[in-house]
Amino acid sequence: MNAANLESRIPNPALENHQPLGGRIVTKPFMILGVLVLIGGYFILRRFLFGMGDVSHMSNGFPIGTWVVLDVVIGTAFGCGGFAMALLVYILNRNAYHPLIRPALLGGVFGYTLAGLAVMIDLGRYWNAFNLLLPWYAQTNSVIFEVALCVMAYVTVLWIEFWPAFLERMPPAFKKRFHLHKMQIFLRRYMYVFIALGVLLPTMHQSSLGSVLLIMGSKLSPLWYTTWLPLLFLISALAMGYGVVMLESTLVQRAFKLPSEAALLTRLSRVGAGLLTLFLVVRIGDLLARGQLGLAFAFDRYSILFLIETTLFAAPVLILASKRRCANTRLRFLATISLLAAGSLYRMNGYLLAIDPGNGWIYFPSAPELLITVGVVGLEIMLYLIFIKTLPVLLLPGRIAEAAGRPS
Amino acid sequence: MDPDRRQFLRGAASAIATTAAAVAAPVNEARAFGPREPKTLPPNAVGMLYDSTLCVGCKACVTACKEANDKPPEQPAALAAWNQGTWDTAEDISGKTLNVIRVYQDGAMTQKDREEDGYAFVKRHCLHCVDPSCISVCPVSAMRKDPETGIVTHNPDACIGCRYCVYGCPFNVPQYQFDEPFGQIAKCQFCNHLQAKGQLPACCDVCPTGASLFGLVADLQAEAERRLAQKPGAVYEFPRGQLGGDRSGHEAPIGEYQPHVYGEKESGGTQVRYLTGVPHEKLGLPVLPDHAYSAVSEGMQHTLYKGMIAPLALLGGLVVLARRNAKAYHDEDPTRTDDEEDSR
Ligand code: SF4
Ligand code: SF4
Ligand code: SF4
Repeated sequence: MNAANLESRIPNPALENHQPLGGRIVTKPFMILGVLVLIGGYFILRRFLFGMGDVSHMSNGFPIGTWVVLDVVIGTAFGCGGFAMALLVYILNRNAYHPLIRPALLGGVFGYTLAGLAVMIDLGRYWNAFNLLLPWYAQTNSVIFEVALCVMAYVTVLWIEFWPAFLERMPPAFKKRFHLHKMQIFLRRYMYVFIALGVLLPTMHQSSLGSVLLIMGSKLSPLWYTTWLPLLFLISALAMGYGVVMLESTLVQRAFKLPSEAALLTRLSRVGAGLLTLFLVVRIGDLLARGQLGLAFAFDRYSILFLIETTLFAAPVLILASKRRCANTRLRFLATISLLAAGSLYRMNGYLLAIDPGNGWIYFPSAPELLITVGVVGLEIMLYLIFIKTLPVLLLPGRIAEAAGRPS
Repeated sequence: MDPDRRQFLRGAASAIATTAAAVAAPVNEARAFGPREPKTLPPNAVGMLYDSTLCVGCKACVTACKEANDKPPEQPAALAAWNQGTWDTAEDISGKTLNVIRVYQDGAMTQKDREEDGYAFVKRHCLHCVDPSCISVCPVSAMRKDPETGIVTHNPDACIGCRYCVYGCPFNVPQYQFDEPFGQIAKCQFCNHLQAKGQLPACCDVCPTGASLFGLVADLQAEAERRLAQKPGAVYEFPRGQLGGDRSGHEAPIGEYQPHVYGEKESGGTQVRYLTGVPHEKLGLPVLPDHAYSAVSEGMQHTLYKGMIAPLALLGGLVVLARRNAKAYHDEDPTRTDDEEDSR
């Protein structure tokens, strides 16, 4: 079949059904994740008892470490699947991608919620965190203030967007007893407002994550410091959103032996490639315009980071440029990994690796610091697994094949 | 064109449209983007002139600062055993040290205030910027600048400990106490509790040579320029404690200054002035542009979020599209339920 059919085919609701995957929850991988979460938990406890210095290598030269950079700056970009898919399906009306929306949304729910958890571990005066919501403390010039409020709002929106999946699973008697059907009708009628917010809010805070770096000035290498940072962060967040949907879909399909969504993913990968091209055009164009492209070939530390990063951005574009390679599952998977690595490295460079605070400060995360991050990510995956097994998130075999118009 | 190819182009077009739709408003604005207006020195701005050539490295100011601000002595592990650990040996400002004297050393270190084979002292603490990055980044207004005196203060009851002030300060001044379970941000607040009582900042009060001199910023600037205009070696009466105060001065020859008053223009200007014999960047005083990066970052925010117009306009467009498209595939949107019957 060719992909053009796919677009014209209006899915028949009778054939489609989100369903819980079922199956055992406590499996071997689940147990391994559990152990990682426990280890992370132990160090989190130590952080609260003895202070951050006990577990982390952060310093007053590098006061922002892996918790913020991996869990929040990169973690929320991994949580942009819901944002990216909503933009495609509901705003640009590409309904063929609909089967991918709910799992993407769920990824967003956990990516963002656990970024919030990581922030609470990272805040040096967490007991004052509530001050963020008190108007007399608000400081509206602060980019971080915008990011904080916007992310909180988006976490709420994500849970609301995902809430129907809970409602569908509740026993009718329970819903009646608590008048939840009213809520169901309400959500059903006004969901478009939350969908719109679910696109607006990430647009705002993902670009702001770039604006945060504008304060760094000469501490950040000119290869990264530009007033286009907000746009570059936004484009890379969207690209990573599509990347994550492709990754998640491929992994779930393999792990649970579901029929492949290859036709859809092939097309989605090209959307991702388009975004990466746009990113590269802005990135290189800006360096040329500022006359800083020469720094890229100085072959010092920053130049090498830049070259690795740019290669990772360009590789998926090259791989996906040919239809043949694009339809190849293995190559597409490779392109996806490269895309996600590129976006992650770009963020890591901007926030940590391309920063020189002077005075000889250096930073390399400690093992406990990383284990906390591993624990948080482990928890995220565990919850994701529980949710797809018990809640109607995935479109299940047979039905998905028909919906996507592909014989299984 | 074969359908596959067309599909790709469509995909690419939709990718570009995707971004364009999401960023059209911000990008259009960004073209008109510029830093916000620079801030100006408050009317009665107080400040400090630190003359590195006068500093004898006695560290009386470091001790006085600790006493005035209730900070414990500090012994880095490598120096802990030295002198039975009785001496404060802080190497740099930290969560326990608001002010420190650092030494520049080169080669044989035979002459003071000389770049080659010389040595020099430099003092490190908050410069009380005119347009402070620490205030600009702080989400909860924990950093504030006094509108009269320009002193930049920190309020630990507001502070959430996000450490963006540490990250963003161009001089790396605010210091978080990483080794405390309930750490806070430590930073020189220009002894505003002493100033409120009419006293001098502790470090200027105890300085025996007038290397740390308190005064109004405008006067200190004039004093710095006066010193630069003198001939090196000429005898000069250096005021001590407070510029224009009643203390006796200290007579000494004018040093061989670098022809630059550091702190006047750096990062949009500060309320501290440095005169040095060794180029300032060798002393850990970074080379910075004349504008504050806070003006760049706030300029961006003000352009994108002016009156929340762009975000609201974008939201309006998104709501209309989402409504139309979610309706068109009604059974498809996330609100679709399996059990219609019981929701009726
Ligand atoms: S030197 Fe740093 S801490 Fe002091 S006012 Fe300037 S930005 Fe703030
Ligand atoms: S650490 Fe405290 S003072 Fe510094 S920016 Fe964060 S909230 Fe503000
Ligand atoms: S003004 Fe006060 S707090 Fe600041 S360095 Fe001097 S003594 Fe320390």
